[in-house]
Amino acid sequence: MNESRNTLQKVEAGLPGRRRRETMFKLAGLLATTVGIVFLGVFFADLIAKGSSAFVQTQVRLDVEFDAQVIAPGGEMDIAYADFDGLVRASLRGVFPDVSGRNERRELYRLVSVGAGYQLRDMIVADPNLLGTTQAIWVPAASTVDMYVKGNIDASLDESLRPLSDAQIAWVDALRAAGNLQTQFNSALFSNGDSRDPELAGIRGALMGSFYMLIVTVMLAFPIGVAAAIYLEEFAPRNRWSDLIEVNINNLAAVPSIVFGLLGLAVFINWVALPRSAPLVGGLVLSLLTLPVIIIASRAAIKAVPPSIREAALGLGASQMQVVFHHVLPLALPGMLTGTIIGMSRALGESAPLLMIGMVAFIVDVPGGFSDPATALPVQIYLWADSPERAFAERTSAAIIVLLGFLLVMNLAAVIIRKRMERKW
Amino acid sequence: MTNRSTAVVLLASAVLLAGFTGTANAQSSRDYIYIVGSSTVYPFSTVVAERFGRSTVFKTPKVESTGSGGGLKLFCDGVGVDHPDITNASRAIKPSEVAMCAGNGVTEVVEVRIGYDGIVIANAIGAAAVNLSRKDIFLALAKQVPGDKDGELLDNPHETWADVNPELPDVRIEVLGPPPTSGTRDAFVELAMEGGCKSISWIKALKDSNDDAYKAVCHTIREDGAFVEAGENDNLIVQKLQANPNAFGIFGFSFLDQNAEKVKGAAVDGVEPSFDAIAEGHYPVSRPLYFYAKKAHVDVIPGLREFLREFTSERAWGDEGYLSDRGLIPMPVEERGDIAANVRDLTPLTMASQ
Repeated sequence: MNESRNTLQKVEAGLPGRRRRETMFKLAGLLATTVGIVFLGVFFADLIAKGSSAFVQTQVRLDVEFDAQVIAPGGEMDIAYADFDGLVRASLRGVFPDVSGRNERRELYRLVSVGAGYQLRDMIVADPNLLGTTQAIWVPAASTVDMYVKGNIDASLDESLRPLSDAQIAWVDALRAAGNLQTQFNSALFSNGDSRDPELAGIRGALMGSFYMLIVTVMLAFPIGVAAAIYLEEFAPRNRWSDLIEVNINNLAAVPSIVFGLLGLAVFINWVALPRSAPLVGGLVLSLLTLPVIIIASRAAIKAVPPSIREAALGLGASQMQVVFHHVLPLALPGMLTGTIIGMSRALGESAPLLMIGMVAFIVDVPGGFSDPATALPVQIYLWADSPERAFAERTSAAIIVLLGFLLVMNLAAVIIRKRMERKW
Repeated sequence: MTNRSTAVVLLASAVLLAGFTGTANAQSSRDYIYIVGSSTVYPFSTVVAERFGRSTVFKTPKVESTGSGGGLKLFCDGVGVDHPDITNASRAIKPSEVAMCAGNGVTEVVEVRIGYDGIVIANAIGAAAVNLSRKDIFLALAKQVPGDKDGELLDNPHETWADVNPELPDVRIEVLGPPPTSGTRDAFVELAMEGGCKSISWIKALKDSNDDAYKAVCHTIREDGAFVEAGENDNLIVQKLQANPNAFGIFGFSFLDQNAEKVKGAAVDGVEPSFDAIAEGHYPVSRPLYFYAKKAHVDVIPGLREFLREFTSERAWGDEGYLSDRGLIPMPVEERGDIAANVRDLTPLTMASQ
């Protein structure tokens, strides 16, 4: 009696302390979560604040005369040598007839992107009937003008400290007052390849490069990873060798990705002599990178299939292979797909291994196949972040937003597949 | 299920096969120019490449940023469509690299100097303007500095700029600069550090007697935290300078040009880093930029001859050319004329011309 009361008293005496410790632990956990969420929130807020303005681009409306004298001097159209920039300049002079003097005119011409001339050329190629007519068209403004319109250049600063002169700012204000200058959706960001002129630069080339790489990766890593997982789980004898393989696969999953890049350089480029900068090689390297992830996820999915299903099938006379392909694989597939998508989203975000195989390159033409030179989204972000032109800063953030968007969609798909298709026993 | 798996495997092999056949085609011929090399020349090379691609019938050249040394290694690996046509360099080719090229059959290389690049030492716009001599730079940043006696070296004891030179502000030495892999770092060490180092007479004498020791003294940057390796991203250095008015940063002139309202360049030996001062050769920390072209590839790779013409045309590298808008400092007009003539005739580099 005495002893049990003692125990009870001991427990009661210790209780406040235990409760306090529990509260403290909960608070610490809550704090950790809050800090994590705050960091994430700050990161997203910063990214969106910086990057959202890149989704619009300042455009200038010009009345351009498709002068037959310039485009077709001999009666025949001479697209390659026609001075389309000259047409843009003539139209700018028409808007500001008072501007004279070589330097002043040069400053005036710099308000409009070099892309304007290319735009005129493409228009006349698409529709030769424009020859001799005057059209009101919207052309992209130079990136410095764009930065000023978006409020990133302070007009109150001394003239020598900003990229636009007083005269240029007055012209821009005049254009804006006349309604000939406004911001529009930046379609170039999604339809163009890379460019050194920020107002013409787009992520289409990088997106296509990433797309081709991921196709190669999924085509290789998924069948090989699933086959390896099935063999290791269902067929391989349990011995020292299979243990060794298992340890190695788990280790491979933790190898820094740059090592796979070096491997790719040594094997695929130097030995097999595949071309540098090709999505094919990028895809091969990324599939090496994602293989361990897929194998580990697939093995876990196969392990989760209850033995009773295998035993029932075997009991009804199915062969080992029939058991695997008719019963285990269909039930494990959602788990395998989830693992594959997570592996793919890791591959999409990788840039380090691509450095080694020549994908950090300036490529204007949008790649059209697996062996065309290409770059990838994370690499494009890296290249833009390192560019001196100011307007690339917002485009870097915009490209990050797009990349995060894709990652979000992929991870969401993985979650949905898991929720919808995974069976619980 | 069996059928579906087989289909997946078949599809995969089909893709691979298609990939490899495509590759085989790409290997036997290449219809675009392939450029590698320095990340300093990259912003200029890419502008020319883009204009060339847009305004001619040829494809846009591919420009890879590999660093000067890495680029020359790839370039000298051989002749043929697998190897680059042009490599950019922020320094001249070394005799050892010429030998490496020759050893792999790359015997005729055309050297093209394209202009100058200034390296600036900048701080935040609100911070004090300073006038540094190259000797100040050396004394502030070297790992070892000369002691009171000739021939004596001490671990760098200077903590503030005022310790180096009483006329400089009394703030802690904190300089953000590029890592050793960067060409900008090489040039900074050679032009600024060595320039200041040479002004000390006994060290200058050391150059003749013991070149290795001379280089060790002049080229080694201190590692005690006063010099911070800030990575290759110059935009990041600009941001850090804004946040910390006591810090200085080392980067290329084009970043100063683009961020004139955020940072300002320190005068070196009394000369402000301005476009004109660099062009006229007054600013001491500036270096020529180059590219090297493989003569054997001209007329084999479509557009290479035309690309060389474009790069050396007045509208590109001239006083008012589009490269000068991007921060490349043009060479004097006679020099441009000579080099453009060389390029037209494809006069290859000889070791004597080094």
